[in-house]
Amino acid sequence: MVSVNYYIILSAILFTIGALGVLIRRNPLIIFMSIELMLNAANLAFVAFGRSFELTQGKPFFTGQIFVFFVIAVAAAEVAVGLALIVEIFKTKNTVNIDEVNSLKG
Amino acid sequence: MHLSATTSGGFFFLAPWLVFAPILGLFINLIFAKRFKFSENLIGGIASAASGAAFIVSILLAYSLSLQHGEVVRWRLAEWFSIGALSLDWTFRIDSLSATMMLVISGVGTLIHIYAIGYMHEDVRFKHEEGRFARFFIFLNLFLASMLVLVSGDSYLMLFVGWEGVGFCSFLLIGFWFEMDTLARSSWANSNAAKKAFIANRVGDFGFLIASFLIFWNLGHSLQFDHVFEAAKNAPPGVIVAITLFLLLGVAGKSAQIPLYIWLPDAMAGPTPVSALMHAATMVTAGVYLVTRSAPFYNLVPDAQYIVTMVGAVTALFAATIAVGQYDIKKVLAYSTVSQLGFMVAAVGMGAYVAGFFHLIAHAFFKALLFLSAGSVILGLERGHHHAEHDEKPKGKKGKKEEHGHAEHDEHEHVFDPGDMRNMGGMRKTMPVTFWMYLIGALALSGIFPFAGFWSKDEILLDAKLHYPAAYWLLTIAAFFTAFYMGRQIWMVFFGTARTEPARHAQESPKVMTLPLAALAILSVVGGALNLPFEGFHNLGHWLGYTFGEVEALPLNLQVAGVSTLLALIAIGISWLIYGRKPLQTGETDPLKKPLGAIFTGMENKWFVDEGYAALVIKPFDKLSQFLADVVDWRFWHDFVHERVIAGTYNWVSSSALDQYADKKGIDAVANGLATVSQWLSARMRKIQNGFVRSYALSVLLGVVLILGYLIFK
Repeated sequence: MVSVNYYIILSAILFTIGALGVLIRRNPLIIFMSIELMLNAANLAFVAFGRSFELTQGKPFFTGQIFVFFVIAVAAAEVAVGLALIVEIFKTKNTVNIDEVNSLKG
Repeated sequence: MHLSATTSGGFFFLAPWLVFAPILGLFINLIFAKRFKFSENLIGGIASAASGAAFIVSILLAYSLSLQHGEVVRWRLAEWFSIGALSLDWTFRIDSLSATMMLVISGVGTLIHIYAIGYMHEDVRFKHEEGRFARFFIFLNLFLASMLVLVSGDSYLMLFVGWEGVGFCSFLLIGFWFEMDTLARSSWANSNAAKKAFIANRVGDFGFLIASFLIFWNLGHSLQFDHVFEAAKNAPPGVIVAITLFLLLGVAGKSAQIPLYIWLPDAMAGPTPVSALMHAATMVTAGVYLVTRSAPFYNLVPDAQYIVTMVGAVTALFAATIAVGQYDIKKVLAYSTVSQLGFMVAAVGMGAYVAGFFHLIAHAFFKALLFLSAGSVILGLERGHHHAEHDEKPKGKKGKKEEHGHAEHDEHEHVFDPGDMRNMGGMRKTMPVTFWMYLIGALALSGIFPFAGFWSKDEILLDAKLHYPAAYWLLTIAAFFTAFYMGRQIWMVFFGTARTEPARHAQESPKVMTLPLAALAILSVVGGALNLPFEGFHNLGHWLGYTFGEVEALPLNLQVAGVSTLLALIAIGISWLIYGRKPLQTGETDPLKKPLGAIFTGMENKWFVDEGYAALVIKPFDKLSQFLADVVDWRFWHDFVHERVIAGTYNWVSSSALDQYADKKGIDAVANGLATVSQWLSARMRKIQNGFVRSYALSVLLGVVLILGYLIFK
């Protein structure tokens, strides 16, 4: 039985990689992938905690797992919207470089 | 506190109608006379009927009272008010004293109402103001109601209501022709006379009020007569002296005694029936009534009695001397009234209440008679004046406008004064009825046997001789002067030859005026029978004794009666020598002026009392008001306090302090500073809003880290 700590450490590593990817990369597709990474880091934590909680209670308890489904659904929707936006941005600006999309600056 | 109304049948239930009847008459005339264009006779008839009703009620009350041997009756009408310790009812007090006053007031009042129908009919026409006829009778009824409240009240406060009411009516009626003087010229003389009367009375009212307050606080928190008289027995004498002296001030105001008598001669500006009713027969006797009503107080303090007596006696003599030097027929009678009131006040002052009251009643008869006759003489002369004018100028005047122009024209030359005795003469031929009436009144006033004045005056003199010799001599000399000035008046007015054209054409007055005269003349002749100084004839003394307890009934003292009658006859003789034997000629000065010189000038000018008042009171008062108005009010309050201090401070505060400092440097600075700060701040902040999504994401990350860090490590 693998301790829950390892899952959490893995989850944290994944989340950090995702966050760094969001902050560092300029390609929106990569950023999306990084966001997916962060979401899945969170999913991993959910499932890990859910499983460990289930074991301490001694009976099936799917809360964490169910939440992961929600996250996956929301992530799918978000990607659909996000990709549509990227397509539109590209149509108007001929680029998808994030640093060039800054017309809302003060 | 409440006194149970001791009513034992009789006609006492009518008591409120004593006041309601005149008020009813008043309101009928007030509301309907103008609207339905009542004729003058109807207006006068209603007013006279109201007065007559009050007279009938008085008779019935007096009759009922005599049936129960004068035991006092209090007829409670309603509660008046109740404040703290003071609770008073509208209660009519019927005892022999008030019943006597009621009879005199309503009786003489009714006769004068009837007379006034005739008098005012002509008066309003001479003055071209026929609309005022009804107003006169409304005032007259109002006066009657007030006067009856005064005498029928059961407490000092109710008495005060009447007291003020009659003062107010006096003001209204003296100023009845308010926009002219006695000669109908446009001026404020009459209204000034009214104001003078009112103000002099206010001084007296002040005394009355202070006395009432003293009574209330010192005598058992009550103003009801019986309560306070009972409490007075145990009160310190100093309080009673103060009360009686303040009451005396009220008496001096209302009954025209020294030093407040000055208003009464000026009050002759009112129409003659007013002079007769209020300023001779009834209203001015209110002071005498007040002293009599307050007898239990005065009996406790002989010092106060002495002062009252001397005030009355000195007034009697002083006013009598002035009357000698007057030329106006009504002014003579006015000073005579002051003098006779002095007799009454002196009498009630020395405790001779019956004598004082006897004289009050007799005086009401003969002085009303004299005044009304004088009014008849004046109107007769006025008729003669118009008659003579029409003879001179056959075209005459037709409209009011022409008359006005005529009057203005007259002012430059000579205005005929129908009240000036120097314009009369020989009027016994032109106005015989009036002459006889006047003669009866004059004889009664002079105290000639057997007229009413003889009996009443002698009773006062006898009491004075027994108790106050000084007052006796003053009053005897006053009686001498009385006979003299009445003789002078009779000779000047009715004997000799007519000195002016109007006097030659004077016409007798109509019956509506002469019949009341006749009634009063009869009363003046037989009025003495009320209280003859013989055993078994002290009717008035017995009757008033119900109120005062047993009264000393003096028999006729031949010495006193002889001296006064002799003096009166001598005085008439002297007046005949001076004025009768060789009648005054047109334009001639008074024959007394040469031998008496300065003394007569003094009499003529009322001993310069008015001038003295002007110099001593009015001028300093004017100066003071001037000072208060100009220096204190205008310069100090307005210019300094308001303009400089308040307005200046306000201006300074608003312009420099608030505007320059508080507003510009305080509030504006804060607002501008806020704007500057936010501008500066936003200039800095816009740098953060750089449009780079990743820097926003970093901010979010940092924020999350911070919050999570806080939550974890707190």
